[in-house]
Amino acid sequence: MASKLTTSNRAGWGFALPGFGLIMLFIVIPFFFAFYLSLTNQRLISPNPTEFVGLSNYDRLLSISVLSIEPETDDAGQVVRDDAGEAQYPRVRTFTRNNPDYPQYAGMREWFRWHWGETAKVVVATDVVFWKSLRNTLMFVLVVAPVQGGLALGLALLINQRLRGINFYRAIYFMPVVVSIVVVSLLFRFIYDGNDGLLNNILGFLSFGFFEGRDWLGSENTALGAIMGMSIWQAVGFHMVIWLSGLQTISPTLYEASSIEGASKWQTFRYVTWPGLRNTAVLVLIVITMQAFALFAQIDVMTRGGPLDSTTTIVFQAVERGYGKQDISGGSAISVILFVLVLTISLIQRFLTRER
Amino acid sequence: MASINADNRGLRLAVRYLVLTLIAIIFIFPLVFMVMSSLKPDLQLLRDTSSIRAFLPVGDISFDNYASAFDRVPVAKFMFNSLVVTGTTVIMSLLLCSLAAFSFVFLNWSGRNVALSIIIATLIIPFETIAIPLLLFVSKLPWIGMEGLTFGWLDTYRVQIIPLIADGLTIFLFVQYFRDLPRELIEASRVEGASWWQIYTRVVMPLAGPVLATAAILKFLAMYNQYLWPLMVVQQETYRPVMVGLQYFFQLNTAWGEIMAYLTIITVPVLAFYLVLQRAFIASIASTGVKG
Repeated sequence: MASKLTTSNRAGWGFALPGFGLIMLFIVIPFFFAFYLSLTNQRLISPNPTEFVGLSNYDRLLSISVLSIEPETDDAGQVVRDDAGEAQYPRVRTFTRNNPDYPQYAGMREWFRWHWGETAKVVVATDVVFWKSLRNTLMFVLVVAPVQGGLALGLALLINQRLRGINFYRAIYFMPVVVSIVVVSLLFRFIYDGNDGLLNNILGFLSFGFFEGRDWLGSENTALGAIMGMSIWQAVGFHMVIWLSGLQTISPTLYEASSIEGASKWQTFRYVTWPGLRNTAVLVLIVITMQAFALFAQIDVMTRGGPLDSTTTIVFQAVERGYGKQDISGGSAISVILFVLVLTISLIQRFLTRER
Repeated sequence: MASINADNRGLRLAVRYLVLTLIAIIFIFPLVFMVMSSLKPDLQLLRDTSSIRAFLPVGDISFDNYASAFDRVPVAKFMFNSLVVTGTTVIMSLLLCSLAAFSFVFLNWSGRNVALSIIIATLIIPFETIAIPLLLFVSKLPWIGMEGLTFGWLDTYRVQIIPLIADGLTIFLFVQYFRDLPRELIEASRVEGASWWQIYTRVVMPLAGPVLATAAILKFLAMYNQYLWPLMVVQQETYRPVMVGLQYFFQLNTAWGEIMAYLTIITVPVLAFYLVLQRAFIASIASTGVKG
């Protein structure tokens, strides 16, 4: 690429070193440091020397099992039922606490259960909160990535029209992007409020009073959904702009050709626009996925993981343990799990959207 | 027929603008609500949420909430801290990242391709995955300052600045831009005997206006809005930035007027900045997508 005339090791390293050195020091080394720390019992401040503990941090986080519990029977072998006819089951803790017959369940707690005939299948885990954070984060990613990506594409198509004043609308749709997510989160705590919240009042007005207000962040059924909605509102303009720049790389002659051929709007989109957006689509999907996995500020400001751990996330758990409880090794193990997840999902997305 | 067509076109145009406007309302009204609420006493504020008055500057309008927010929280101090941290980081980032990119694109040195690959690879590492080990790391780092050699960077400006100066995206943006500059320009100056530093300052950087604007805007937004990192590394009020300063209001569910005032104070500078440089902001986001 560069000619012989420009060969210069000293100047080359000299110019690149400050930037490259900072990246090595503050990104690459901490990244590998995370793997190392996750195998120790390191704490932020501790009088004891750090010990190598192998995979036990991961073991504690990820241990999960299904426990089959048969209903209790009386002396005659009949299933014991309560007044409503429901079978009675022994308590889970009889299996998980000090029970030498089931050492594999020691210290585990119930996450959820379902019934298989009369048998209760109980999912037990050592760290139920962490499993909930995994579930919540994955749910957030699975909803937000397609919805936000799709809405952003819709907005981009809308903004890509030749209309007077269209730049004004584009500027407004993009506006929430420049507002800090921390500010937005606190603002939406007010909007989602159960008593005087704006959302309840607006929904009540639009339904002529039929909608009964609810405390959006206070219920485990709506809290995560409310946070999803707000996050999409804040960030969708960002991806609209990326789609827009993709749309503008599509040659106008292709549109002319399709209109000469008499293609419908849908056909034009399906056979001209969408194929031209392939690379943009991969980029948008990966960027949203990475941002969604990093969900933290909204949780910290709005719910702190509650109610009943229904909004806790992987990063929130990593920070709560690594920083809050000063358990650096536990927080690092969670960080490593997060990275493996992000990498896996990105690779799967790349594979699914590969050129065929 | 012609007139029907014209009417039809007019109607369709009206529908388009209606759709655009309804969507615009969804995006802008929460922000309008924030600003308007900051001007109202709490009682009126809560009453107004049940009508269109929530979005209008009506009733008992004053800056009282701002006065009480300033009383409760050292707003000026936090603003100053944010400005110091954001300003220094943006300037250092532009300088060091453009230097590195200059070297990657125009100079030929051994290890160049490996170093660039490492930088590109860091793009898939979310900051959140390194925050915890980085916290331990900076809590042990040495520093030579006024008090001589000390260990631990917590509760300083530098801990909020130095680790965040260089990032893969900024270097990547400069590399892409520099690759499109005509190489003859650089080689000609080289033949005329210009040093690399002279080529960087007199030839390349004067041409780098657009990418400087892009990188500066992206870095400014990222730094001003930092939350997780300062939350962990700054305990003392003396060094706290505005976003972490918000925590004063977390437990304060009743004083919404005051909260909205604080939110408005820390948001309006960015929004004003955005409205003035709107095209540059949008172009900077767009350029992260091209070729990406």
